[in-house]
Amino acid sequence: MSILIFAESSEGKFKKAVFEAVSYGKEVADKLGVEVNVLCASTQVPTDADLAALGKFGANKVWKMTLSEDRPAAMAEALADAAGKCGARVVVISNNYNGKSIAPALAVQLKASIASGVISVPDTNNGFQVKRGVYSGKAFAQVNLTSVVKILAITPNTFAIKESGNDAAVEAFSASISDASYRLKAQSVNKVQGKIPLTEAEVVVSGGRGMKGPENWGLIEDLATTLGAATACSKPVADMDWRPHEEHVGQTGITIKPNLYIAVGISGAIQHLAGVSSSKVIVAINKDPEAPFFKVADYGIVGDAFDVLPRLIAAAKELKAAQ
Amino acid sequence: MKILVCMSVVPDTTTKITFTDNNTKFNTAGVQYIINPYDELSLTRALELTEAQGGTVTVIHVGLADSEASIRKALAIGAHDAIRINAEPVDATLVAQEIANWAGSQGFDLILTGRESIDYNGGLVGGLIAAHLDLPFINIVTQLDVAGTEVTAIRDIDGGKETVKANLPLVASAQKDLTEPRIPNMRGIMAARTKPLQVVEASGVQALGQSLSFELPPAKGAVKLIDAEKAGDLIQMLHQEAKII
Ligand SMILES: Cc1cc2nc3c(=O)[nH]c(=O)nc-3n(C[C@H](O)[C@H](O)[C@H](O)COP(=O)(O)OP(=O)(O)OC[C@H]3O[C@@H](n4cnc5c(N)ncnc54)[C@H](O)[C@@H]3O)c2cc1C
Ligand SMILES: Nc1ncnc2c1ncn2[C@@H]1O[C@H](COP(=O)(O)O)[C@@H](O)[C@H]1O
Repeated sequence: MSILIFAESSEGKFKKAVFEAVSYGKEVADKLGVEVNVLCASTQVPTDADLAALGKFGANKVWKMTLSEDRPAAMAEALADAAGKCGARVVVISNNYNGKSIAPALAVQLKASIASGVISVPDTNNGFQVKRGVYSGKAFAQVNLTSVVKILAITPNTFAIKESGNDAAVEAFSASISDASYRLKAQSVNKVQGKIPLTEAEVVVSGGRGMKGPENWGLIEDLATTLGAATACSKPVADMDWRPHEEHVGQTGITIKPNLYIAVGISGAIQHLAGVSSSKVIVAINKDPEAPFFKVADYGIVGDAFDVLPRLIAAAKELKAAQ
Repeated sequence: MKILVCMSVVPDTTTKITFTDNNTKFNTAGVQYIINPYDELSLTRALELTEAQGGTVTVIHVGLADSEASIRKALAIGAHDAIRINAEPVDATLVAQEIANWAGSQGFDLILTGRESIDYNGGLVGGLIAAHLDLPFINIVTQLDVAGTEVTAIRDIDGGKETVKANLPLVASAQKDLTEPRIPNMRGIMAARTKPLQVVEASGVQALGQSLSFELPPAKGAVKLIDAEKAGDLIQMLHQEAKII
C-alpha cells in the first residue's frame, strides 16, 4: 500500500505546489504507515537530480515518464497505472486547472472518490475525513470519503513545505497511453510571459472600479512588480474589459489564497470577498471609510488610491533595494 | 446538433451562508436560488450554436422537486426541453454517474457543464461525465466554436491559454467569457410553461462522499488603520510585523 503523488512539471521544472503536495503526502503516509510514491509524467520531465530531490520532502520513490503531449487525460492514465502498481490508497494532486482535469478521469478509472479544494490532512480516526472549501470561500465542509481509493486535490499555498529525508530513488515508468487520451489536439499554447500567474502568487495586488480606468493600471502593476506580486481585479473591472477576465477574483471568478492580498479601490462586496477572504493578510485601500472591505482587512488605509499607491510603491522599492 | 446542458441550482451569490442543526445542514431559510452562473453561460452558448446551425438544447438537473422553478427559468431562456433526475445531488460522483447513465443512449453531440458549481465548488462533474461516457473533455473553455463535427475551443490553463481542436461528440465546461448570459423575456416565460420537463427516476447510484459538518471562516480582528499621509509605513509593517514581504 502507498500514497501516490502527482508531481506536475512545467518546462522541465517543478513548481512550489509539488513540494507542498509531497510534504502533504508524506504526512498522510506516516498516518497510514505506508510509503510515498511520486509520478512525474510530462513532455519535459525535470532532471534526475530534481526528481531525486523530492525525497527531501518525503518521497520514497519517484517515477518518471515522458509523454508525447501534455494532456491531462494521458496523465490520468499514467497515474491510474501507477496507482495499480503501487497499491495506492490515496492519490494527491494539486487543486489547479490541470489537477482538476486529471482528477475526474483518474477517479473513474480507479473507482475512486475525489475531494477537491482540500485544506486539511485526513482524519482517519473515524472513517476518512477531510476539510474542503465550499460556497466559493464562504465556508468549509468536513467530508467523509467512503471509497477504497481516494483522490485529494489539495489547495495550493495551504500546506507547509517540510524537509525531512534524503534523495529518493528515481525510476523510469512506462504505461501504455491509449489514443483516446490524445483526442484533443493542441493548436497553440499561450503562456503569459514574465508575469506571475494569479493562482500561484503569494502576493496579489488587486484593483477595482475605484481605479477609474485601465489607463491607471500602471500604478497597480508597479506595486505588483516591486513586490513580486500577481495582479487581480474585481468583476466589473473585467466586465468593462479594463482587465482580462482571468484576473477576476471572487465567487464567479477565481478563488485565491495568497499570503497577502492588497485591494485598491474595491468596495468589498460579498461576492468579491468570497474569493479572497482566505488570504492570510488582507490590506484594503479605499477612500470611503465605510467600505465593507475594512471589516475583513487586517490593515487599512482610508485615502485616495492615486495618493496612496505612489507612496506604497516608493516604500516598497526602498525595502526591496535594502534586501 | 443535439446539445445537453447540465445545470446546478445554487444559492444566489449575495447569500450570507449559515448552517443549522449543529452545523450539519445548510440553512435554506430566506435563500433565493439561481441557475449556477457558469451553467447560464453554457446554456446561452448552446442556444447560440443551435440558432446558427439548427438543433435542440436539453437541460438536465439532478435534484429534488424544489429546483423546478430554476429549470423553468432555463426553459424560459430558451432551452427546448428539460430533464430532472429525481435524486438528492449528494456528491459529484452521484450527479455525474446519474447524468451519464441517462445521457449515454441519447446521442448528444455536445454535453456542456459549468467550470464549477458555486455551492459545492467541486469542478468535477463535467470531467466525470466525459470519463463515464468515454468522450473527450475540454475543461474551462472561454471560447467554443463548432464547424461540422469539428470543435475549436480556447481553454484556460495554469498560467495561460490553450487552443484545442477535437471532434464531436464531446464534453466541455464553461468558464467566464464564453458568452454573455441571456435573461428570459416575456415570450420565453410564457413558452416555458408548456415546454416538456420530464422527471426521471434515479438509477440509484451511491455517493462516495458525504458532507458531515460545516464551518465558517474564523472572524477577523479589527482592522489596523494607517494614516494615508504615512502610507509607506504599511510596507514596513507588512515586512516586520506580518513578515509576509
Ligand atoms: C451574480 C453576481 C456575481 C458576482 N461575482 C463577483 C465576483 O466574483 N467578484 C467580484 O469582484 N464581484 C462580483 N460581483 C459584483 C459585486 O456585487 C460588486 O458589484 C463588485 O465586486 C464591485 O466591484 P468594485 O468594488 O470594483 O466596484 P464598486 O463597488 O464601484 O467600488 C469601488 C470602490 O472604490 C472606492 N474608490 C473610488 N474612488 C477611489 C479612489 N480614488 N481611491 C480609493 N478608493 C476609491 C469606492 O469608495 C468604492 O468602495 C457579482 C455580482 C453578481 C450579481
Ligand atoms: N445537481 C446537478 N445537476 C446537473 N448538473 C450538475 C449538478 N451539479 C453540478 N452539475 C454540473 O457540473 C458542473 C460542475 O459542478 P461541480 O463539479 O459540482 O462543481 C456545474 O456547472 C453543472 O454544469
